[in-house]
Amino acid sequence: MSTAETRSGLRLWLWVPLALFAFFAGLAGYMLTQEKPEFVKSTMVGKPLPEFTLEPAFDGLPGASSSDFEGGKPRLLNIWASWCLPCIAEAPQLEALKEQGVEIIGIAIRDRPEDVARFLERHGNPYTRIGADAISAVQLELGSSGVPETFVIGADGTIRYQHIGDIRPEHIALLKAELEKAQ
Amino acid sequence: MSRALALVVSGALALAALAAWPLASAIAQDTLPPAPYAYTQLEDPALEAKANALMHTLRCLKCQSQSIADSDAPMAGDMRHQVRSRILAGDSPDEVRAWLIERYGDYVSYSPEVSQTTWPLFVVPVLLVLAALFVLLRRLGRGRSDKIVSESSLP
Repeated sequence: MSTAETRSGLRLWLWVPLALFAFFAGLAGYMLTQEKPEFVKSTMVGKPLPEFTLEPAFDGLPGASSSDFEGGKPRLLNIWASWCLPCIAEAPQLEALKEQGVEIIGIAIRDRPEDVARFLERHGNPYTRIGADAISAVQLELGSSGVPETFVIGADGTIRYQHIGDIRPEHIALLKAELEKAQ
Repeated sequence: MSRALALVVSGALALAALAAWPLASAIAQDTLPPAPYAYTQLEDPALEAKANALMHTLRCLKCQSQSIADSDAPMAGDMRHQVRSRILAGDSPDEVRAWLIERYGDYVSYSPEVSQTTWPLFVVPVLLVLAALFVLLRRLGRGRSDKIVSESSLP
């Protein structure tokens, strides 16, 4: 091998680190433009609803427990709070689902009875029961990471579907379909 | 003069409003006192040390770039309460971690673990170091032989 050949071979190799650097810089730049998954999905979907018992969130309705999801039909488990603004936005959609015959059981996160009562008075009450979860214990059991979130609980007591964020009018059909599937 | 004063005053007011803003929004979030073990250490120092070490390896779900030990989010407080009360009840740190991973997946683990999806994270650096060592040794070796050649070619 002549010296000139080794030199040019070496010179070509010298570009490799730069090319690698350019690749990683490009990759980083590209990833920065991609949307960041803001929500952590629950890995409890497909598993049985964990056992829990919660005291009533206010005087008007009974509390909620996992046994309230037993018996014959799929239900919605809505995680919400009176201090949560998107929960106000989803109230009309919950009302619409209730009018279509869906049973919605609520869990109020870190809430006070008087605030729960005021919220329901102002924005309507789509719930049959609301349990008070003052320390997010049941929320953590469910693998939920924020308010509002809505779970479809199947007739057999398994968690079938998780909706993260407020329910908008375009989500109603989707939830109805999931409830249908969970029969 | 009075205009300058008004500017200073309004500036100060704006600053005060800015400073008060996060406070006001925190109050709007929720008004309940934090969970019992959110900000209270366990009485037994050995158990608290175990819980604390574990909390540094769990991701806050609301503020995803912090561990639950570092975060003041209400949800991080509730997670710390779960960790401390479970450790107090006799669970091992691995059991508590497994309980959370069962619910939130690998994502909740703030210290990366070797799994089906994360193994390249651990293998690639080792490969890169090996490749660098290989190149380095080869170049050093060549440097020495070059030197010998140049020395022997001296008149």
